[in-house]
Amino acid sequence: MEDTLLHIVHDKLKSKFGEDIISAEQAYDFPVYTVSKKKIIEIISFLYNEEELGFRFLTTMCGIQFPDNKGGEFCVMYQLHNMPKNWRIRLKVYTPANDMEYPTLTGIFSTANWMEREAFDFYGFIFKGHPNLIRILNMEDMTYHPMRKEYPLEDGTREDKNDSMFGR
Amino acid sequence: MNEIKTAQKAVAEKDYTTLNLGPTHPATHGIFQNIVKMDGEIIVDAVPTIGYIHRAFEKIAERRPYYQITPLTDRMNYCSSPINNMGWHMTVEKLAGIEIPKRVQYLRVVIMELARIADHIVCNSVIGVDTGALSGFLYVFQQREHIYEIYEEICGARLTTNVGRIGGLERDFSPKCIDKIENFLKNFPAVLKEFESLLMRNRIFMDRTIGVGAITAERALNYGFTGPNLRATGVDYDVRAMNPYSGYQDFDFVVPVGTSGDTYDRFMVRQQEMWESLSIIRQAMDKIKQMPEKVFHADVPEFYLPPKEEVYNNMEALIYHFKIVMGEVEVPKGEVYHSVEGGNGELGFYLVSDGGRTPYRLHFRRPCFIYYQAYTEMIKGAMLSDAILTLSSLNVIAGELDA
Repeated sequence: MEDTLLHIVHDKLKSKFGEDIISAEQAYDFPVYTVSKKKIIEIISFLYNEEELGFRFLTTMCGIQFPDNKGGEFCVMYQLHNMPKNWRIRLKVYTPANDMEYPTLTGIFSTANWMEREAFDFYGFIFKGHPNLIRILNMEDMTYHPMRKEYPLEDGTREDKNDSMFGR
Repeated sequence: MNEIKTAQKAVAEKDYTTLNLGPTHPATHGIFQNIVKMDGEIIVDAVPTIGYIHRAFEKIAERRPYYQITPLTDRMNYCSSPINNMGWHMTVEKLAGIEIPKRVQYLRVVIMELARIADHIVCNSVIGVDTGALSGFLYVFQQREHIYEIYEEICGARLTTNVGRIGGLERDFSPKCIDKIENFLKNFPAVLKEFESLLMRNRIFMDRTIGVGAITAERALNYGFTGPNLRATGVDYDVRAMNPYSGYQDFDFVVPVGTSGDTYDRFMVRQQEMWESLSIIRQAMDKIKQMPEKVFHADVPEFYLPPKEEVYNNMEALIYHFKIVMGEVEVPKGEVYHSVEGGNGELGFYLVSDGGRTPYRLHFRRPCFIYYQAYTEMIKGAMLSDAILTLSSLNVIAGELDA
């Protein structure tokens, strides 16, 4: 069923959006679609409203960073769920590091509000049109986005922790 | 009695009281801050602030080998840590393609359902406390203590359990442990029944909870509700039934649903789920008895620590031991999402692996974080005391909220 789901959704998206659907693959039990950023709102509202698809539940979303993927250093992952049919899909939207703006999903899903705030807090994505885009888990006066790969977890200036022998 | 209270509009020229509810307040069961704007005792608006116990688990996880992430998951929903632990193990097992023997799956089901009962006990008895009924709380907490004693037999710990390993459990259930589970199954129904008779048809309790903090199914879905809070609105979404994991497809159980999504329905759904959990544990224990003994982990030497005697006497075991402890285990590249039905809803783990010793990215779908944002909408127009009740009936756990 999962394999056919990949094709059902892909065919519908491809016929409607064409070039904006960049790739489709199966990652374990999830069909994953990479789509272009400028059409993301249209694609998600199409998936929400189309009769057969009806992906009306935003399971989760989060940011990811791939510093070596030039031209697509940052990525936002959305997971949608059609509960009656139990279809679950994942959308991935890449963006270059110098353009962190995304359209907001809060118009479609209320739950996107805090999820987007979290992605902003940790990665610095700017969600255009978000009603209240402020930090959520970190303190207000923090000046950086801590989940980015350039910030190491441990303080680099410490000398009492030498774990080079552990292959790190 | 049954109508849903509607929000009142804030009027500019009116004087409102601003109240700082929290961050530390005895009535909020955790570190939550809500700055509420009040007209008399009616809440007009609320601004929640979260993150007081944020511990950056997602960041820490990017530096830790897979087996060291289990203790982090403990500290999310600390009322039902075993479910979090098992969810994490199953995620890694899915990534690595590890098949788990049926007996181990059932043992895990027993642990997870015990954890669900412990979680629901806390939530439901605290609803009782917030309506002024302390005695029910004391009765059922004794039973929670018995569940914690079972945890002790299984893994040695009580609250942050770190139970199980990637590939199975760290040890088999001892005969004493099985005795304790059987005892619990024998004694708990009477206590639960008594607890129900204290609250379920209690006029004061019903007046305090029916119609309080209600949310419609449509809004709940839009807000990403899962678990008992969603089922109380009438949507029968349960991960155990819809995407069965760990052998849940082999058990008969009912997914209880409510109708109006108010505090009373949430209470009733959790109450009924405890009965279902009891029945699942019973079925699982019966199935385990029919199975060959002493199977408590899969045969995956590259993930599962060998017994200590073998480490000292067997070259291969020593190598595997070293590799696992040093975190040099090879995992495939890829991205995987696995979700389990946690105490509060769909607890998901989104894991991106680049084949390295640590996850490249790990995102927790924490049900509390997702549905707590509806709290403002749910309490607008309600009395302050009802807002406290709504918070405890949503069962927002600070550790899971802030990760």
